[in-house]
Amino acid sequence: QSGAAYGLGRVALAEEIAAWDVDVLPDGRGLPEGQGDAFSGEEVFAEKCASCHGDFAEGVDNWPVLAGGFDTLADEDPVKTVGSYWPYLSTVWDYIHRSMPFGEAGTLTADETYAIVAYILYSNDLVEDDFVLSHENFAAFEMYNTKGFVVDDRPAQEYAQWRGEPCMEACKGEVEITMRSVFLVETPEVGTES
Amino acid sequence: MDEMFKPSRRAFLRGSAAVAAGSVAGGAAAQTPDPLITELQDWASYTGAGVDETPYGLPISYESHVIRRNVEWLTASPISSINFTPIHALEGTITPQGCAFERHHSGAIEMRKEDYRLMINGLVDRPLVFSYADIERFPRENHVYFCECAANTGMEWAGAQLNGVQFTHGMIHNMEYTGVPLRTLLAEAGADVNLDKWVYVEGADASSNGRSIPMEKALDDVLVAFKANGEALRMEHGYPVRLVVPGWEGNMWVKWLRRIEVVDRAVESREETSKYTDVYADGTARKWTWVMDAKSVITAPSPQMPIAHGPGPMVISGLAWSGHGQITRVDVSRDGGVTWETARLGKQGDTKALTRFYLDIQWDGAPMLLQSRAMDETGYVQPSKDQLRAERGENAVYHNNCIQTWYVNEKGVAENVEVS
Repeated sequence: QSGAAYGLGRVALAEEIAAWDVDVLPDGRGLPEGQGDAFSGEEVFAEKCASCHGDFAEGVDNWPVLAGGFDTLADEDPVKTVGSYWPYLSTVWDYIHRSMPFGEAGTLTADETYAIVAYILYSNDLVEDDFVLSHENFAAFEMYNTKGFVVDDRPAQEYAQWRGEPCMEACKGEVEITMRSVFLVETPEVGTES
Repeated sequence: MDEMFKPSRRAFLRGSAAVAAGSVAGGAAAQTPDPLITELQDWASYTGAGVDETPYGLPISYESHVIRRNVEWLTASPISSINFTPIHALEGTITPQGCAFERHHSGAIEMRKEDYRLMINGLVDRPLVFSYADIERFPRENHVYFCECAANTGMEWAGAQLNGVQFTHGMIHNMEYTGVPLRTLLAEAGADVNLDKWVYVEGADASSNGRSIPMEKALDDVLVAFKANGEALRMEHGYPVRLVVPGWEGNMWVKWLRRIEVVDRAVESREETSKYTDVYADGTARKWTWVMDAKSVITAPSPQMPIAHGPGPMVISGLAWSGHGQITRVDVSRDGGVTWETARLGKQGDTKALTRFYLDIQWDGAPMLLQSRAMDETGYVQPSKDQLRAERGENAVYHNNCIQTWYVNEKGVAENVEVS
């Protein structure tokens, strides 16, 4: 590694790094010590989360559904939840701890976060209600859809077939309108204040 | 819509003569003298606004329709939501910052430069903290790039939905950025820049919007930007510092950038697992679909920009862009894709930037099915919606770069449609 070229900035202190570097990797690195069980997580969830996400993490109104939707990803309307879709438990812990509750982010303790995550797993029927999640058993937990993702394969799947000189004349037969937007949804009227 | 074609209040007060005369302006022969010419107008007699009236100006009131708009039902909360750039009414390529779209996950935060801190940590020799003033002391560069939300046109996957190019394609802006290359800051910290490493970037806001960027991109053209279109970033665009990730999906352009961490693997944060992953028809999903592919759209005529002047000469105007580099060509079809004509570019396209195209036509008043088709320097040709769906199904949510069709009827009114 090279030396500093400009000598700008100052060395970050350990306390500063600890305050801001709270991300958790899929292998569990970054997790603080702590634990929480699904049963007590239900209480925390009811107090801090259920007003938007529902008592059973099923979602209220338009707010995100956190539970259910298993095996719907190939359906006409997939239900993408923590249980049915998310590949890593680390993301659940990290995101809740860092950015939830919406409007009061960063206020959950490590133990509260473990408990909430355990309750969300319970809501997804992935664990029993006496399940205890901790920094020690965290990395061993396998999510339902971990293998559901492939790295961007557009170069092989799409770019190869869509490069080249395109058709300019007589590219297709008669053209018909198959769908019109005005029949489906309301677009805000132009000229009015939004 | 009508407000655009209303005569000014002055002309209105002068009565129908002005309207009648106005309607033939540019025609072969005026029947009556145009009072806007023959009568002394206030603005040619009285005085206008002084230079002390507007220290920082807004557009003239007659342009009040050229604003961001939002669509309430798209999201659960306006705090984690999107609005749309009025691209139907803009020209050229540079987006005025004041109407450039916003996408926040926990609202637009207000931070003073004095309170700004940027940390670089992780696999570095020297974890560092920079102040805003420090950032401005590094050698800087200027580049124009588009920032397109990964979800732009996302509502249109399953069919023609929103009736206006602002809504179907307006999650985009294009600005001239001034900033410091990310590689400069990484070098300052003595980062491990081996290509198997990653850079995790996050914002100062509650959502944090953390994303993982492979080292190769971090060392290439990513900017830590503090100015856009000549001035400080707008609050809603990340003031005082944001990341600029040329050609890549807008979500990675982390605003209010507070931390850059060098890591040995992707973090697989919420914004790259739950969100910004693209579900195929078979239920598997693509992750790390970073690049925004070549795309174009006709901005006028379009549903918000009907043809108001009747048959005759007219301009078809549109935008094209590609995350893979320069736009080299745009073709336009007036018959729904049966025949194509090559448009002209307003000027040579910048790499990974909006490019303006024009087709100047004589409209005979017959209905048209207008389409545009972009090509980029890699030879990639913008696909049809059917081609995209055949590959991906209808639930990908993100990365819809399909060819858009506008049906323009004999009155010049345009509509968002799909065609066979």
